[in-house]
Amino acid sequence: MSNKHLSTQFDAELSGVSTRVLEMGGLVESQVARAVHALSDFSGEIALEVLATEERVNAMEVDIDGALSSIIARRQPTARDLRLLIAISKTIANLERVGDEAARIARTVQRLNKNGAPSRLPVNDLAHEAALAVAQLRKALDAFARLDVEKAVEVLKSDDMIDQEFEGLIRKLITFMMEDPRTISSAIDLVFVGKAIERVGDHAKNLAEQVIYIVKGMDVRHNSLDEVETMVR
Amino acid sequence: MDERADLPITEKPKLSVRNLNFYYGGFQALKNISLDIPENKVTAFIGPSGCGKSTLLRTFNRMFELYPDQRAEGEIVLDGENILASKEDVSLIRAKVGMVFQKPTPFPMSIYDNIAFGVKLFESLSGVEMDERVEWALKKAALWGEVKDKLDQSGSGLSGGQQQRLCIARGIAIKPEVLLLDEPCSALDPISTGKIEELIHELKTEYTVVIVTHNMQQAARSSDYTAYMYLGDLIEFGPTSELFMKPKKQDTEDYITGRFG
Repeated sequence: MSNKHLSTQFDAELSGVSTRVLEMGGLVESQVARAVHALSDFSGEIALEVLATEERVNAMEVDIDGALSSIIARRQPTARDLRLLIAISKTIANLERVGDEAARIARTVQRLNKNGAPSRLPVNDLAHEAALAVAQLRKALDAFARLDVEKAVEVLKSDDMIDQEFEGLIRKLITFMMEDPRTISSAIDLVFVGKAIERVGDHAKNLAEQVIYIVKGMDVRHNSLDEVETMVR
Repeated sequence: MDERADLPITEKPKLSVRNLNFYYGGFQALKNISLDIPENKVTAFIGPSGCGKSTLLRTFNRMFELYPDQRAEGEIVLDGENILASKEDVSLIRAKVGMVFQKPTPFPMSIYDNIAFGVKLFESLSGVEMDERVEWALKKAALWGEVKDKLDQSGSGLSGGQQQRLCIARGIAIKPEVLLLDEPCSALDPISTGKIEELIHELKTEYTVVIVTHNMQQAARSSDYTAYMYLGDLIEFGPTSELFMKPKKQDTEDYITGRFG
């Protein structure tokens, strides 16, 4: 298959915008990891750093969006090129929301620090859930970089693990709250952190669905895993 | 492979092309083409130069018979009759299947007579009826407002876009069933092109329109179905929105995304 356009400039524009998506993805991925690190260490400093990154992420989204509009206006893309640009538009919106979740976690760290959180709450379980979510995000970005449908399907398959981890965390936090009502306020904060991480996993899943759309031209959203596997086969 | 199996078209066909081969002397320009042109829809033929799209269009009204070395084999069925085998006068076929060419070709006569000329060949209308027909055709072609006060002036005094709409008016004045447009906008500016495309959209309520265009965006904008041809083969034929969003064949995708060559 010929991958090159007659217009080398068009090729350069498409690969340029894809590269920026991956940069943005890398940035939010580390943002989530740093936010969870801030939580494990109750580090206000790292939390501040995460919050500062949010502005960069937002600026990247606006920047990439502008590039997309410009390419569409000037090139009138079709077929795979058009699908790529539409998918990127959705992908960066998802990445920006991943950044928002990281910032949410960072703000929770600040609040926990201010209130003097009891350190025996299960922050390690959160770190585990977060590791899974970050891995999912990385895998989805990898699938995007290589336009690898199989890898994208793997991301869809693994989303359940994060959901189970989140449910386990909730059960544990409920136990803490029943044993010692003084932990309720902090435990609720951690529920929201767990939920934020679970949302990161959902965004990774959305990214993976867009990869399938680019390559196969199929909209696999709102289908069961079995249906998706049949569709992409 | 049976080409029909590849045709997703469920619309009622106006023209059915079956196993059509076409030769310019010893050169085969169309290779076993089969497709259905849906009634009251706009069908576009796209493809690089020399792919056979204009050749295919010209078989639909046997225009090729004007040239001695050209011959077509196969079937083109219009309303149940194979027009390639028809003993009917070819001008009657052309009255049913009108054509507009790349360059505007107004006759060297008045705007009024440009329209009336073809009508007189097939119908004997009274003066009033002819006036009505001319007005009707010019209104259909979205030209009436611009020329109604100068119907006795020469058609060649109009702008390129107006001339092309005059040719479309002339084409529809004899009330054909199918209208063939061969690169109708290639010599026109974007405003005139926009008007012709708007007109194409209007015309399909009453006519079956087939358009050959080098401008892929024009095919994407104005057609319901698109056929992609290459070197005399029909590569892919389907609903325009699908062909431009998710073509089935890699060759089609390479062409429409500009990866061709």
